[in-house]
Amino acid sequence: MHKEQVTGAIRWASAAVLGGMLAAPSWAADTSQAALQKINDPARGWDHLWREVIVDITIIGILFALVTAYFVIRSRRTAENQVGASPTLSPAAAVAWVVIPIFIFLSIDLYTAANGWVLWNHYRDVPADRLEVKLESGMYSWDYTYPNGVRTQNQLVVPAGKPVMLRMTSRDTLHSHYIPDFRVKEDSMPGRVTYLWFYPEKPGEHVVTCAEYCGVMHGYMAGRIIVKSADEYAAWMKQEEIQFAAASATDAPASVKTGQPAAKPKKT
Amino acid sequence: MNLKEWIFTTDHKRVGILYLIGSLAAFAVAGIMALLMRAELSAIGPTITANPTNYNVWLYTHGAVMILGFQIPALTGFFANFCIPLMIGAKDVAFPRVNALSVWLFYVGVILALATFFIPDPPDIMWTGYPPYSTITTGNTAMYSFTVLILGFASIIGGVNFLTTVAYMRAPGITLNKLNIFVWCTLGAFVLQLIFVPVLGTAVTLISMDKYLGTNFFDPAKGGDVLTYQNLFWFYSHPAVYVIFLPFIGVVFEVISSHARSAVFNYKMVVYGGIGGIVLLAGEVWVHHLYVSGMADWLRIGQMVTTLMISIPVGLMMIGLVGTLYKSSIAFTTPMMYALGVVFLFLIGGLTGIPLAVPSLTLAVSDTYYVVGHFHYVMAVAGTFAIFAGIYHWFPKFTGRMYNEFWGKLGFWLTFLGSNIVFWIMMDIGVQGMPRRYYDYAHFPQFEHAHQWMTAGAVILGLGFAIAVLNWIIGAVKGPLAEDNPWGSPSLEWTTVSPPPHGNWPSPPSVSEDWHPYAYKKG
Repeated sequence: MHKEQVTGAIRWASAAVLGGMLAAPSWAADTSQAALQKINDPARGWDHLWREVIVDITIIGILFALVTAYFVIRSRRTAENQVGASPTLSPAAAVAWVVIPIFIFLSIDLYTAANGWVLWNHYRDVPADRLEVKLESGMYSWDYTYPNGVRTQNQLVVPAGKPVMLRMTSRDTLHSHYIPDFRVKEDSMPGRVTYLWFYPEKPGEHVVTCAEYCGVMHGYMAGRIIVKSADEYAAWMKQEEIQFAAASATDAPASVKTGQPAAKPKKT
Repeated sequence: MNLKEWIFTTDHKRVGILYLIGSLAAFAVAGIMALLMRAELSAIGPTITANPTNYNVWLYTHGAVMILGFQIPALTGFFANFCIPLMIGAKDVAFPRVNALSVWLFYVGVILALATFFIPDPPDIMWTGYPPYSTITTGNTAMYSFTVLILGFASIIGGVNFLTTVAYMRAPGITLNKLNIFVWCTLGAFVLQLIFVPVLGTAVTLISMDKYLGTNFFDPAKGGDVLTYQNLFWFYSHPAVYVIFLPFIGVVFEVISSHARSAVFNYKMVVYGGIGGIVLLAGEVWVHHLYVSGMADWLRIGQMVTTLMISIPVGLMMIGLVGTLYKSSIAFTTPMMYALGVVFLFLIGGLTGIPLAVPSLTLAVSDTYYVVGHFHYVMAVAGTFAIFAGIYHWFPKFTGRMYNEFWGKLGFWLTFLGSNIVFWIMMDIGVQGMPRRYYDYAHFPQFEHAHQWMTAGAVILGLGFAIAVLNWIIGAVKGPLAEDNPWGSPSLEWTTVSPPPHGNWPSPPSVSEDWHPYAYKKG
C-alpha cells in the first residue's frame, strides 16, 4: 500500500538515526505481516505498539532520571557561601545543545508517528467480509440492529472469526462505545454517523462500557458482547429471526432483547 | 492594616496576595471534592451518597475550580503579580487600577463557582460542558457559562496589563535577554490567554444561548453540529494547559536556579526554543482531545504529528532544568525539594503523554483512568508542586517571615508519596479499561482493590497539602523574621526589603553591565 511505503521509509530513516537503539523489535514483525495477507487485528497491533512505546518512554525516563539524580547527589552544598561551578557554554556548544536534542526528539516523534499511522490504517480500514451492525446509543442503553432487522439491547451477539463493524449514532447525548478487550472506542452523537470495527477471534464474553460522560447514570451504562462459534451464532440468529418475523407479522414493535434489566428501552 | 486598605489596594503585591488567598481557598474546596469522590469510589455501590448527581457535581466542581479557580489564578494571578514588577525593577504594574479590577472579578468568579453548593440545581456538566447534555440537563448551565466568562475576562485584562508592564516598565539595563525565565514564561502564557480565551468565551456563551434562548448552534436536528463545541472548547483548553505549564515550569526554573546557585543552563535555548516553541505549537494540537470524537481521519493523523512535536520544546526545557543542576551547589530546602519533585514527576507526566499523542493508541485508553492519571501527573502533581515550591521560595519575601523547614519537608514527602500511590495506580487500571467519570463501577469489580489503595493514597496526599497550608498560615503569623535575601539570589526581587514597601524600592534600582538574574557571585 502506498501509505505504508511512505511510513515504512520514514520509519527506516528514523530508526537509522537512532542506531536501532530504541524499539528494535518492530521491523521484524512487519515483514512477516505483509507476507501473510490475513486480517490485521487492531487489538493485537495495539498491544504490540503499546508495549513498544512504553519500553521507549521507560528507557528515556530512566536515562533522564539517572542523570538528574547523579547531578543532584554530586552537587550537595558543602559550604554556606558556595556557589555553582558549571562551565559557561561557548556559542557553538549552545547551538549544539539545541540542534542535537531537536534531531533526537524529532526522530523519536516521527518514528512513533509512523508506527501509529500504520496501526491507525488497520483501525480504520474495515475488512470487506464483515458483519455490519447499526448501533443507536441513548441514555442509558445500547440498541443494536442487525442487517436483517433483528434488534437487541445492551447485548451484541457476534460470530467468532468474522470482523464486526458498528455504524453508530445517538438519539440524545454523547456516548462512547468502549470495548476494553478489543482496545477500541469511538463516540456516537446525534446528527453524525461514526464507526468502529473489531475482530472477535474466539468465543467468549466482553464488557461494553460508556466512555463519554452522558448524564447522571453514565457509570451504569454497560452491555456485553457475546462471541459465539459460527454454528451457535447461526442457531441463535435463526431463533431471533423467527421472533422478529412473528413480531413484524402482528405489527407490534420489533422484539427487543434486553440483556440488562436496569435500562429502559426507548422507542426511536 | 485594615480590611478596606486591602480590598481597595492597587499595590501589585497586595493584589497578588489577594489572588493567593482566593486561589488557596478554591484549592481547599476543590481538594475536599476530590476526597469526597475518592470516598465514594472506595467500594462498589453507593457509599457516601446514593445520588449519582452529587458525585457528578463534585466532579464538575473539582475540575472547574482546580483549573479556573486555583491553578490559573495562583500562577498568572499571584506569582505574576507579585514577582514580575519586582523582577524587572518596576514600581508597580502599568495599570494598577485595572489590576485591582481583575482581582475583584476573580473573587466574583470564585464566589460564583462556590455558590454551586447553595443553588437547587447545581451544574453537573463536567468542566468541559459538552452539549447535547449541557443543553438538556436540569443542572444550571448558565452558572458554568458566567463563571467561565468572568474568570476569562479577569485573565484577559491581566494579560494586557502584564504585556504592557514588561514591554515598557523594565528598569534601565534590563534587556530582554536578562529577563527571568519566569517573566518569559508568564509572557508566553498571557499571549496564549489573549489569543485563545475569547474562543472559550464564545463556546460557553453559545451553549447557554442554545439552552435558554432557543438557538441551535449545537443541535443537529435543527442544523447545528455537536462537534463544533468540542473544537471550540479544546481550541482554548489545550493552550490553557500551557497557560498553566509555562508559569509553573518558570517557577521551577527560579527555584532550582536559586537553591542550586547555578545559572539556568543554555538560557536562550530555554527561552526561544522552549517557551517560543510551545507558544508556536500550542494552537495546533487541540484535536488530540478529540481522537475518539469522530473527527476526520486526516485531521487526527495531522495533529498526531504536531502533538508529538510538543516533545521538542518541552524536552529542551527539561534539558535546561537538568543542566542547571550540573556542578551546582544545592541546598535541600523545602522549596528545592518540591522543585526537584517536579522534575521527576513531570518526567512521568510528560512521557506518559506520548502514547496519548498517537490516535491509534488513544482509541483504547482515551477517557479512561490512564488519561486522568497522566494529566494529574502533569497538572495536579507537577503543577501544584511547582506552585508550592514557589510559595515556599518567595514566602520570606512576601510575608517577611520564615516557614518551618521540618513541617515543610514532612508535607513534601507525604504529598510525594500520596500522589504517586493515587496516580500511578490510576494509570495502571486505566490501561486495563477503567473509564473516567464513573460514580460506580459495578461491571469492573476487579478494580475495587486498586480504588481502595487510591483512596488511601488520596488521604495521605490531602494530609501533606494540609500540613503545607498550615505551615504557611502559622509561618506568616508568627514565624521568625526573614532576611532580605535568604537564598543568596542575584535576582532583583531579593534586593529590596522583606516584605517590600509600596513602590518596592526607595529609588529605582539600576543594574550593572555584568548583572544577570542568574549570575551567582562567589563569596
